[in-house]
Amino acid sequence: MDPLKRVENELKKCVKCGACRAHCPAFTAFQREPAVARGKVALAQHLLEGDIELDDATYAAMSKCLLCGSCVEKCPNDVPTDEIVMVARESLAQKRGLTTFHKAVGQVLKNRRLMSFGAFAATILGPLFFRKVPQTSGLRLRFPLPFVGNKRHIPQIARKPFLTRHPEVIAGEPGKPRIVFFVGCMTNFVYTEVGEAALALFRHLGCTVIIPKEQQCCGLPGMSGGDLETVRQLAEQNLAALEKYEADYVMTACATCGGALHKFYPALIGKRHPELAERIRAIADKTVDAAQLLQQLGLHPEETGAGDAVRITYHDPCHLRTRAITRQPRELLKGSPGVELVEMEGSDKCCGLGGTFNVYHYETSLQINEGKSIAIDKTGAEAVVTGCPGCMMQLSDGLKQRGSRTRVMHTLEILARSLRS
Amino acid sequence: MLESRIIDQLKKIVGDDNVATDRQDLICYGYDATQMEFLPDAVVHPGSPAEIAAILKLANAERFPVFPRGAGSGFTGGALPKGGGIVLVTTRLNRILRIDTENLIAEVEPGVVTEQFQLAVEKLGLFYPPDPASLKFSTLGGNVAENAGGPRCVKYGVTRDFVMGLEVVLPSGEIIRTGGETYKGVVGYDLTRLLCGSEGTLGVITKIIFKLLPLPEAKKTMLTVFDSIDGAAKAVSTIIGGKIIPTTLEFMDYATLQCVEKRFNLGIPAAGRAVLLIEVDGDRELIEKQAARIQELIKPLGLVECKVAKDAAESEALWKVRRLVSPSLRDVNPTKYNEDIVVPRSKVPDVIRKIDAIAQKYAIPIVNFGHAGDGNIHVNVMIDKEIPGMEEKAHEAIAEIFKAALDLNGTMSGEHGVGLAKQPYIPLELSPVQIATMQAVKKALDPNGILNPGKMFPT
Repeated sequence: MDPLKRVENELKKCVKCGACRAHCPAFTAFQREPAVARGKVALAQHLLEGDIELDDATYAAMSKCLLCGSCVEKCPNDVPTDEIVMVARESLAQKRGLTTFHKAVGQVLKNRRLMSFGAFAATILGPLFFRKVPQTSGLRLRFPLPFVGNKRHIPQIARKPFLTRHPEVIAGEPGKPRIVFFVGCMTNFVYTEVGEAALALFRHLGCTVIIPKEQQCCGLPGMSGGDLETVRQLAEQNLAALEKYEADYVMTACATCGGALHKFYPALIGKRHPELAERIRAIADKTVDAAQLLQQLGLHPEETGAGDAVRITYHDPCHLRTRAITRQPRELLKGSPGVELVEMEGSDKCCGLGGTFNVYHYETSLQINEGKSIAIDKTGAEAVVTGCPGCMMQLSDGLKQRGSRTRVMHTLEILARSLRS
Repeated sequence: MLESRIIDQLKKIVGDDNVATDRQDLICYGYDATQMEFLPDAVVHPGSPAEIAAILKLANAERFPVFPRGAGSGFTGGALPKGGGIVLVTTRLNRILRIDTENLIAEVEPGVVTEQFQLAVEKLGLFYPPDPASLKFSTLGGNVAENAGGPRCVKYGVTRDFVMGLEVVLPSGEIIRTGGETYKGVVGYDLTRLLCGSEGTLGVITKIIFKLLPLPEAKKTMLTVFDSIDGAAKAVSTIIGGKIIPTTLEFMDYATLQCVEKRFNLGIPAAGRAVLLIEVDGDRELIEKQAARIQELIKPLGLVECKVAKDAAESEALWKVRRLVSPSLRDVNPTKYNEDIVVPRSKVPDVIRKIDAIAQKYAIPIVNFGHAGDGNIHVNVMIDKEIPGMEEKAHEAIAEIFKAALDLNGTMSGEHGVGLAKQPYIPLELSPVQIATMQAVKKALDPNGILNPGKMFPT
């Protein structure tokens, strides 16, 4: 069955009103209708009817989506275009095969042994790293990827992944909430300090923090490439890991991972694997963003100790904004002693990373990011703070390319800057 | 099908990257908000008036149709390439050329998005009032071509009332200017007004000079619930009779309230049969007085509830009721025909009653809301295409609705235009001589019928 059949009714909901033209970051950059949500919906309809080919033009149109969910949030008819695009990519992948890049992503993501530091670095970040490798280098032959440029600034890879640093269960005070920490690849391998900050903050509240060792990548890179079989395998492994200990919450410090557990697992995996649906729903219902949970559990930022005075601005990650988590991080940040929060223009605009969008459309991704960097620097902030390690990497790249010295930090890092875990 | 020779010539005019012929591109420029679909032979994105002129000259020489398009958010198919030809997209012409704070005018290109323009002039303390519901994505060129309206028109007028001058590429490919930058000007025919609302059939607009107003200091929003449709309608005429012209007087009938309540549970009192969303703007002191006076005036008219917003956030909360109407309609039936009849404002209850009778006669749900202040009602005929015969019945119902509006000295369209959607009904409103007069104008300007052919008039 064509995977698109599953979203046939969703496709019909789109009335082509054009509201998505005002909100789609890809359309803002490309300025052509196949890049906007309703265009992709129209193409998906024609794909399903079988009257367009799965040729390069279809492929190109479907690749021009950051899966940010902005169009879904603003759609008067609740058309889930992000879901539709992932399913369209799945359909394309089934008929044309995965792209080289996504094949490599899938191989690594679903092989637990391979999902080690080296494999992650080489494959997930590989294309990004190799932007730094000269065109003539033989190393490039191992990564025959069409999208390797040479401008990108890559974050440093951590010496020791976060998951290997701590025991599985860090007991807190009796009677206090038990929290499972879903770490995510970027925090595990790159921004380990975000994981440490989360740990410090929830321990400060007396919570028991559980960090299951068997947890995997959330699978968003796989969804993004239409490799839903890999995602199913990852989802099953993650379900098992997250269910292993009794807990009140599943906490993420990565907006994207949170979006995957909270929204995309039920929408994409739960629907096609009814045997998993109930477990997926249970985990989705328990999934909360770290800042959201800290506020809910009554964290008083002023009690975490005064840090240096710092002027910051806040960037809304799409996968928090579309879950209505915009107020909580700001309130916590403003309450943190020494913090001055200055709003930037367009804090709700996408940073341009968009999962693998950034790999296929690097220049456009940077173009989307440019306005963001300018807005950040206009505030005169020393640091831009956000709730998604993916955004952190993209913001950091954009700022460095402009020669800006503004630092990029996670909300939790600011909140925990005077705590020691 | 256009010959490849012609495609090559188009590429020479606008550059290879600005001519698309992939089927994917044709699909994406073949629809608009009517949900009709017609595929063009090519999509062209010109970057200047000169390029547009060259395209239209080529179209005359080679006799192929050209369909101008802005954001493609129209409700009547005005931009759809029925019969094939090229879609000419104006969105690359998207600069605000100047905002003149001394003469209160602005000059823009047609591809500027309506809201972007509004925000730009508001930064300078100026005001461009026309506010079609699509303002976040519609283009000003499209607004002028369709003579777009919106909730604020009751006080400020429609798009046409703000257009002082245009630059237009005529179907022949010649470029002319119409009107100008002066408020007064009586030399020659008023071509500017002829072009406003001409739906892209008489020329391609390439520059627009708009009149601007000073930005009102503040606004005040009220959500009022009435126990009858007559009470709400009487409120409209009483407020205006009381010498207050509100910025907006948005109306929702009982069917609309039921839809919104069912889906969003906003807590509108059960006794409510109609809602008016009233907004006044102007000097802070004045609007406080006006708001108080309005409440006095409407109290005896079966007022069930009156909420007055204290600040912008509360105002937004009240507007939410109105904004949630469209999303909740789908619960009634999946497909809507969104008509926009107008009657003299005192006749609103009469037309609503007639529409209710039509809904019962055909057993089709019809939901009414819209701009009561100027008698412009959005009549949403909700159908399910899966039910055999329902679509045909809907067309009969729509014809009766138009007749009802015309019988009350109204019109069948206040702001959406004719395009393809209302084309068959045109003889209900226009006499053969009126139609012939309009067609004579069309023929004089576009003898070869290359610009947006097959629209507006019965074929």
